[in-house]
Amino acid sequence: MPDYQLSHLDQIEAEAIFILRETAAQFENPALLFSGGKDSIVMAHLAYKAFWPAKLPFPLVHIDTGHNFPETITYRDEFVKRIGARLVVGSVQDSIDKGRVAEEKGANASRNRAQTTTLLDTIEENGFDAALGGGRRDEEKARAKERFFSHRDDFGQWDPKNQRPELWNLFNGRKHHGEHFRVFPLSNFTEMDVWMYMNREGIELPSLYYAHERDTVMRNGTILAVSEFVQPRDGEQVERKVIRFRTMGDATITGAIESTADTMEKIIEEVAAARQTERGNRADDKRSETAMEDRKKEGYF
Amino acid sequence: MDLLRFTTAGSVDDGKSTLIGRLLYDSKSIFEDQLEAMEESSKKRGDERVNLALLTDGLRAEREQGITIDVAYRYFATPKRKFIIADTPGHVQYTRNMVTGASTANLAIILVDARKGIIEQTKRHSFIANLLRIQHVILAVNKMDLVDYSQEVYDKIVADYQAFASRLDNIVDIQPIPISALNGDNVVDRSENMDWYEGSSFLYHLENVYIGGEENHVDARFPVQWVIRPQSDQFHDFRGYAGRVAGGVFRAGDEVVVLPSGFKTRIQAIHTADGTLDEAFAPQSVCLTLHDEIDISRGDMLAKPNNQPKVEQDIEAMVCWFSQTPMQGRGKYLLRHTTRETPAVVQEIRYQVDVNTLRKVEGVDSLIMNDIGRVRIRTATPLLHDAYRRNRNTGSFLLIDPGTNETVGAGMIV
Repeated sequence: MPDYQLSHLDQIEAEAIFILRETAAQFENPALLFSGGKDSIVMAHLAYKAFWPAKLPFPLVHIDTGHNFPETITYRDEFVKRIGARLVVGSVQDSIDKGRVAEEKGANASRNRAQTTTLLDTIEENGFDAALGGGRRDEEKARAKERFFSHRDDFGQWDPKNQRPELWNLFNGRKHHGEHFRVFPLSNFTEMDVWMYMNREGIELPSLYYAHERDTVMRNGTILAVSEFVQPRDGEQVERKVIRFRTMGDATITGAIESTADTMEKIIEEVAAARQTERGNRADDKRSETAMEDRKKEGYF
Repeated sequence: MDLLRFTTAGSVDDGKSTLIGRLLYDSKSIFEDQLEAMEESSKKRGDERVNLALLTDGLRAEREQGITIDVAYRYFATPKRKFIIADTPGHVQYTRNMVTGASTANLAIILVDARKGIIEQTKRHSFIANLLRIQHVILAVNKMDLVDYSQEVYDKIVADYQAFASRLDNIVDIQPIPISALNGDNVVDRSENMDWYEGSSFLYHLENVYIGGEENHVDARFPVQWVIRPQSDQFHDFRGYAGRVAGGVFRAGDEVVVLPSGFKTRIQAIHTADGTLDEAFAPQSVCLTLHDEIDISRGDMLAKPNNQPKVEQDIEAMVCWFSQTPMQGRGKYLLRHTTRETPAVVQEIRYQVDVNTLRKVEGVDSLIMNDIGRVRIRTATPLLHDAYRRNRNTGSFLLIDPGTNETVGAGMIV
């Protein structure tokens, strides 16, 4: 008799597909948050598999900070076209222009926090009652406490001390009018799992993830790519380096690492040997010990 | 590489954080920046040593109060296996958290302080592991360094535990291991301080314990989750039933019965986006097409004509209560089971279990938070179910308060 065992990648894939289908079934109007980062790409790929041969029963939503690497936008548009999905864009610039949120000022200003307003406005304007996110429990300590189905009140807030217990494969998505859920199908993926899964599935990533040469500056111990949004300041030296990105956020806050890994196999080797967490280069997490929890309570991704 | 999910339950100061910290550290799952951040926070708090609990006690309230509020999931991998730890706090809402952590676990780690031996909490943890049908237990007798690595002390604890655990019939495999989490004895490598111990190290056992028998591969069950109808030119007539196999094995060509309607048909094909499969088994997520056009929707179940689940409105279950508002006899709830949801009413609370003494307390008229009891429930529509001890997927349910939408209870069908 065969032993009917699934590999760990097959198990977490089956679980994620189950969650994606459950989201489509339990909610009226879900959406999938797509940033063009590797986790949201994997999530969208899983959604494609979950509903094949039908198209995705929900749109992809991109919260556009306006500070993107151009490679991200090109990738996004090609990806959406390839899987035949609908794309909704929520623009942080529009939120700023409308006076919904003020641009941060000062030396380390970023649009990271402003995204929350745009995200919640986009959810409300489109009447989304569930937003699928690519968050993983292994990436950050506040995220380690997240549920698969995570409740948000009618102000979009998370109450981490009072979450619904989640048992077996049973997910309670019931809510009152005006409330919504964040759903995290990749909860049990680790960074390594994401890379191994992408390698297995032959998923193409934006070129930024692979080693390439670029002008950089060193700022607060982080390597930032020189771009329209990041210009060298007094005393900062522009250096040409071979780098790649481990996570993808706003161009103003996403730090690069020096690396020559230019294929997925080499990246997997590098991830296996890494001694720093992937978000270690994210200035947004470094503002305080509980920066992620504080932002998540307000309604961040 | 396969996957092992285990749960740890512990009380204050039994060394649970140290043990997990050591597993994570020795498997290189703690990163330098995490360690630096922990050292920094520990220093600020005035802790003498690096406080490994800070690694996942990530919430502000947890860090302020120095307690774990909620189940934390941690991850590590060795070249042999990937592990998911459901780390459940010992002090706050212990039953609710332990039941939650145990519901998806293949193995439970029961930690015992070698100086204290088997205490009430050890029994409580073991009772819940057994109730949730965890088949494998590691009895980690910790702090052996504080009893001079004494074989005598260890043997007595193991004998006491085995005498107690003989009543727990779901636990089929108990592996006792003498360890010192602080010094690393028998955690990753065999200890030189206990040459009388001939078994494997803690990590070696986690990597090698056989966990094949968890899913039911006998009774074929397929709760329909979602109907896939592409309505495209290429897949004009495609009508697929998407779901996760909850038990048994389905093969293309198999005769199946659709419940609750009772219509019979055959499986035409088992689809995935990567191509068709010859067979599908739990816990795979697949999409089935059938030979005949039958009205099937979410909440229906496919099974084999000669092996069907029970179809009943009256069930008996062990229920764990999670809510501040007690469960009352005649209380009305929504019951979520497989992909179904139906109104349900509590007919009778037969007894409550005192989880510290394992005694039945009869004549109770309510269950309060963290209580476990045996309950008779009637549902508005029939449940397509099996006993929990036969199949976790088709034997488990949630109770939801229809007013607040909160999950107030979890049940295991007897």
